[in-house]
Amino acid sequence: MHLEYTVVEGDFVNAGTASSSVKKALKQLNVSPQVVKRVVVALYEAEVNAIAHAYGGKVLVDIDSDKIKMVVADKGPGIPDIALAMQEGYSTARPEVRDMGFGAGMGLPNMQKNVDKLNVSSEVGVGTTVEMVVNFV
Amino acid sequence: MAKLFFCVKKNVYLCNEEYCKYKIIMTLREVARLLNGQVLLGENRLDEEVTMGFASDLMSEVLTLKDTPMLITGLCNMQTIRTCDMANLEYLVIVRNKKPTEEMLELAQESDMVVITSEYSMFKACGILYADGILPLY
Repeated sequence: MHLEYTVVEGDFVNAGTASSSVKKALKQLNVSPQVVKRVVVALYEAEVNAIAHAYGGKVLVDIDSDKIKMVVADKGPGIPDIALAMQEGYSTARPEVRDMGFGAGMGLPNMQKNVDKLNVSSEVGVGTTVEMVVNFV
Repeated sequence: MAKLFFCVKKNVYLCNEEYCKYKIIMTLREVARLLNGQVLLGENRLDEEVTMGFASDLMSEVLTLKDTPMLITGLCNMQTIRTCDMANLEYLVIVRNKKPTEEMLELAQESDMVVITSEYSMFKACGILYADGILPLY
C-alpha cells in the first residue's frame, strides 16, 4: 500500500494529519498497537520537523506485509551538522514551534528510538530527507 | 528495590502492588470534581478509573511515554490532541483555564477522548491529584 501526503510550511494546525491517517491504515491491517505507536510517534515528529523547519515537503509511506517504510522529504535550509542535530537537547526551533509543544531537541532522538532503521540525508540550502523503517515483527 | 510511592491518604510509603491493593483508584468524575473542572468531552466515560498521571507542556516528552496515563497539560492547541492520539492517551486535563477550540474538540471526539478543563494551575492540579492517590509514572 502506498500513501502520499503534502506538508505545507508553517501549517501547524495540520501537523499530524499524515500520521493520523497512517495510524488508521495500520489499525485496519491489524498491526500490533505497540508497533503502530512506534510508527506514528516517529512519523509525527518528522512531520512536525518538516513543517517547523522547511518550506514544505512530501511524506511517502509504503506499507508491506512485514514492514513500513516512511520518507519525509522537504525543501528547506537543510541540516549543516546532522550528528549535532541528532543530539538530544540540540534545537534550532523558533519560538513559534516551542509554543506548539515542540522544539526541545527531542524530535530526531525520538524518531531514532522508535524505528528500526533511520537515515537522515541533507544538503544545505536544498532540503532534508528522513527515511525510516519499522519492522512489524 | 521496588519503587515506593508515598500514599498521602495512609501517610506511608507503599510499593505499586500495595498501592493498587488499597484500591486507591479514582474515577474521572472524581478528577473533575477535585479540580473544579468542566467536562467538555466524554461525559459517558466519567466512571472509568484512572491510576496514573503525567504532566507536561512539552509534547515531545509526552511522545516518549510507554504507558498511557492521564495527561495534565497547559498546552492547548491542535498538537495537544494530535499528541494524545499518537500516544494513545484517552484522558486529557487542560489546566490554567485554557479553552480548547471547536476544531480541537472535534478531533478529540474522533479519538473518543475525555477532555476536562480546570482553572487551576498545573502545580495545584497535580498536587491535588497526587495527594488523592494518582500515581506518577516515575
